[in-house]
Amino acid sequence: MKIVVCVKQVPDTAQERRLDPADKTLDRAAVDGVLNELDEYAIEESLRLAEATAGDVTVLSMGPQRARETILKALQMGADRGVHLLDDALAGSDAGATSYALAQALGTLEYDLVIFGSESTDARTSLVPAMVAERLGLPQLTYAAKVDIEGTAVRIQRQTEDGYAVVEASIPAVLSVVEKINEPRYPSFKGIMAAKKKPLETLTAADAGIDPAAVGLAASSTAVDDFADRPPRSAGTIIKDDGDGGAKLADFLTEQKFI
Amino acid sequence: MGEILVLVEHDAGTLKKVTLELLTAARPLGTPAAVFVGPGFGTAAPRLAEYGAAKVYVAETPELTDYVVAPTAELLASLVGTAAPDAVLVASTAEGKEVAARLALKIDSGVLTDAVGLGEGIVAEQSIFGGSSIVHSRVTKGVPIITMRPNATSPVAADGPAAAERIDVSVELSDAARQARVVDRVVVEKGSRPELTEAAIVVSGGRGVGSAENFSIIEELADSLGAAVGASRAATDAGWYPHQHQVGQTGKTISPQLYIACGISGAIQHRAGMQTSKTIVAVNKDPEAPIFELVDFGVVGDLHQVVPQLTAEVRRRRA
Ligand SMILES: Cc1cc2nc3c(=O)[nH]c(=O)nc-3n(C[C@H](O)[C@H](O)[C@H](O)COP(=O)(O)OP(=O)(O)OC[C@H]3O[C@@H](n4cnc5c(N)ncnc54)[C@H](O)[C@@H]3O)c2cc1C
Ligand SMILES: Nc1ncnc2c1ncn2[C@@H]1O[C@H](COP(=O)(O)O)[C@@H](O)[C@H]1O
Repeated sequence: MKIVVCVKQVPDTAQERRLDPADKTLDRAAVDGVLNELDEYAIEESLRLAEATAGDVTVLSMGPQRARETILKALQMGADRGVHLLDDALAGSDAGATSYALAQALGTLEYDLVIFGSESTDARTSLVPAMVAERLGLPQLTYAAKVDIEGTAVRIQRQTEDGYAVVEASIPAVLSVVEKINEPRYPSFKGIMAAKKKPLETLTAADAGIDPAAVGLAASSTAVDDFADRPPRSAGTIIKDDGDGGAKLADFLTEQKFI
Repeated sequence: MGEILVLVEHDAGTLKKVTLELLTAARPLGTPAAVFVGPGFGTAAPRLAEYGAAKVYVAETPELTDYVVAPTAELLASLVGTAAPDAVLVASTAEGKEVAARLALKIDSGVLTDAVGLGEGIVAEQSIFGGSSIVHSRVTKGVPIITMRPNATSPVAADGPAAAERIDVSVELSDAARQARVVDRVVVEKGSRPELTEAAIVVSGGRGVGSAENFSIIEELADSLGAAVGASRAATDAGWYPHQHQVGQTGKTISPQLYIACGISGAIQHRAGMQTSKTIVAVNKDPEAPIFELVDFGVVGDLHQVVPQLTAEVRRRRA
């Protein structure tokens, strides 16, 4: 099975994030970039499916120069090759434009499955996987908590609000996975050494046949009017339990009219 | 004023509270027109009218719910073509966002997700970075598509006569929409407690609860308050409570009136799901736990002592 896994570099959630006052987009320069945590599960699932079917895994990421580190991490985990979609024209792309650019890049690759994480920790839209499925006209097998492959048939457990749905389709298909699906591996020393020799190709917008007018900040279909920091929550009351902590908490809830 | 299409979320006709919130948010902006997909319209009709739906587009064809998301997006796209609405509102649930994603491409529109408020000119208020910033945005291309977070606003019934005009609709599905077939639906657990995303009060337990059996302490407090039960990922990963109750980045995003965190440290991924709660209370034995940075009221102590005492007090005061 030939698999392409799409991963994104995001600002480290452990650090403070802010919007850039100049263009009202995320100030990415201000924080370190890391591999989107949820994409680690997508990489792991890709590797497992490829191992089980004697296939291979290509990592695709669109992002600035340093997104290369993220691709490298996936190669260290065991992916076979990397494709970095890198072009100044792509900067500031929203979900619609990102899905277009990724779909174009996927058009230059061979695959049976395209696997996504379920959400990026910075945009938090969860729009990209469904949009790519729509653009490619492929079955959408998203929010998978379990994936089974039998020949050309793919069956997933799709996580829902109150349980799960069993969904079936045939390849080629677009998947996204939730974090319940597996336990991502850490790169081994051998993996880290091997990654240095793995092919990592850079694709420009032109290489992927991307219309520069359809991507980037200028092509965005939404605009930010204004933004403000939420006034910090006023410091709360913190008490130490001296045997009556529960009763004091009840007093607070009564004052606030919850009881 | 034009129509505001509201995609109804329901379970065989029993409406999700978020649908009433969307109708409430839609009323000042235009004429709310609900879109009802699947069986059970008879049950839903009076409530939809009560909350101000002037029209309901009803699509009962079973085929629409036999496949993942794409058919609903095709139906909405066709309605946008015929009804020419001023905006389309969808609940910010996992599936709602996917419908919005596909619809946006079909009708060449922009989409804004996770709105917590809506204003004139179709301006969406969003709360980002786990609640630390507030942004006002608008869609600049096509008919605005907005997904709204459950529980961000309160549903208010409309005044005036409650009668919604029923308009039956259908759509000829494309082959592309018929590829990901739903062959089974499994409801993992459904108790008598309110639903997590809809509840006014949520009591959550984390690693500090200690075991699956001990979650009864959390459930008892929840029941005394009429609350829903939530859990941290540490608790769901340990198998102490079902995943459907996980609050956080990879669980549910909730904004109840009151959130009570018991034995939860307050990791950034947990905060991402509860930080916009109106009032936050925590019980934790570690005074340094980051959850205390968020609280309106915190008790440093052992939850096994504090929580049962609180439950008893609530019962006594409510009796
Ligand atoms: C990709 C990714 C996604 C994630 N998504 C989520 C998510 O959706 N939701 C989520 O919650 N987490 C999520 N996490 C995990 C998150 O990082 C934390 O590990 C998790 O929230 C910790 O849960 P906890 O607070 O229950 O446990 P801990 O961090 O172990 O905290 C337990 C707390 O209980 C207190 N305690 C212990 N015993 C007692 C007692 N007897 N009385 C009172 N207090 C006591 C301790 O002082 C401590 O503060 C995610 C992580 C990753 C990497
Ligand atoms: N720039 C990107 N490059 C590659 N994959 C991406 C990019 N942006 C988003 N994705 C993928 O889409 C998923 C959902 O992201 P989002 O829709 O932004 O929440 C992520 O988990 C990634 O798998």
